[in-house]
Amino acid sequence: MNISLAAEPIFHIGSFPVTNTLLVGWVITLLLVGLAWIINAKISDVPGRLQNAVEMAMEMLFNMVDSVTGDREKTKKFFPIVATIFIAVIASNWVELVPGLGSIGIWETTANGRELIPFIRSTSADLNFTAALAIVSFVAVQFFGVAALGLGRYAGKFFVAPWKKPYFIGSFVGLLEFISEFSKLISFTFRLFGNIFAGEVLLLVIGMLVPYIVPMPFLLLEIFVGFVQALVFSMLTLVFLTGATTAHGEEEHAH
Amino acid sequence: MDILAVKSLAAALAIAIGGFGPALAIGLLAGKGLEAIGRNPEAASKVQTAMILAIAFAEAIAIYAFVMALIIKFV
Repeated sequence: MNISLAAEPIFHIGSFPVTNTLLVGWVITLLLVGLAWIINAKISDVPGRLQNAVEMAMEMLFNMVDSVTGDREKTKKFFPIVATIFIAVIASNWVELVPGLGSIGIWETTANGRELIPFIRSTSADLNFTAALAIVSFVAVQFFGVAALGLGRYAGKFFVAPWKKPYFIGSFVGLLEFISEFSKLISFTFRLFGNIFAGEVLLLVIGMLVPYIVPMPFLLLEIFVGFVQALVFSMLTLVFLTGATTAHGEEEHAH
Repeated sequence: MDILAVKSLAAALAIAIGGFGPALAIGLLAGKGLEAIGRNPEAASKVQTAMILAIAFAEAIAIYAFVMALIIKFV
């Protein structure tokens, strides 16, 4: 049984290794873009079944974003990125439920002897994907914050002058908030990676020990975990976006 | 003690000790959250949103510990 923290390369294009997570990511992207294309081509006022299902999902996501921001204008601005992150993450999380995870692959002789390089490995179990998403989320938060407040006021949230209220505590807290912006990158990356990689290892080990019946509750758990991690990633991005576009004075009142 | 034994021990200790704090934190959070929902059922969805967010933050620490255990064991 081959458990490796890093994604395994299947083949190389020139000197660029194409890993199994990258292949799975491409397949997911093609499927999602294809779905969007099909829906868009035959969009009609009386929706068919597929359009109805997608509209239902979109409406649920939209209401969820609305309930966090409390402001229709902000929801319209934040919805694309938050919903995209949610759909991308949940699609790549649920890949680990596909039968053949970690077991269908090619045998290769590496430094540690003969190993099985699996074809199917969830894209979110690759540190590169989660780090990239975290960077996208971080840049989006900074960008929306500066766009909403202007560079001066946005930087003023972090670099509070010591001669203004609340004096030195204010500058210290501002510095801490500045550092915590960067620690969010790390926490986003490792939260998603850790959950999905752990789920894959769990499913592999259980499948190796007792292949029949017993993996069922673990598969249910992984469905739930995949959904919750996607929800957490997108909701945290949304909460940070809302916080970044709120000026320092008007703290989040009851919405 | 040879290095493999120490590695296994270190990995086990990392996740065992590292999972203790977050478990306590999540339990307390969920308890207070449920109490708040019980006291004011109308605000249930707001409390639920904040609770799930806070639980995700607390769980991230357990995930850091788990990733460290994996790194120790397999790298």
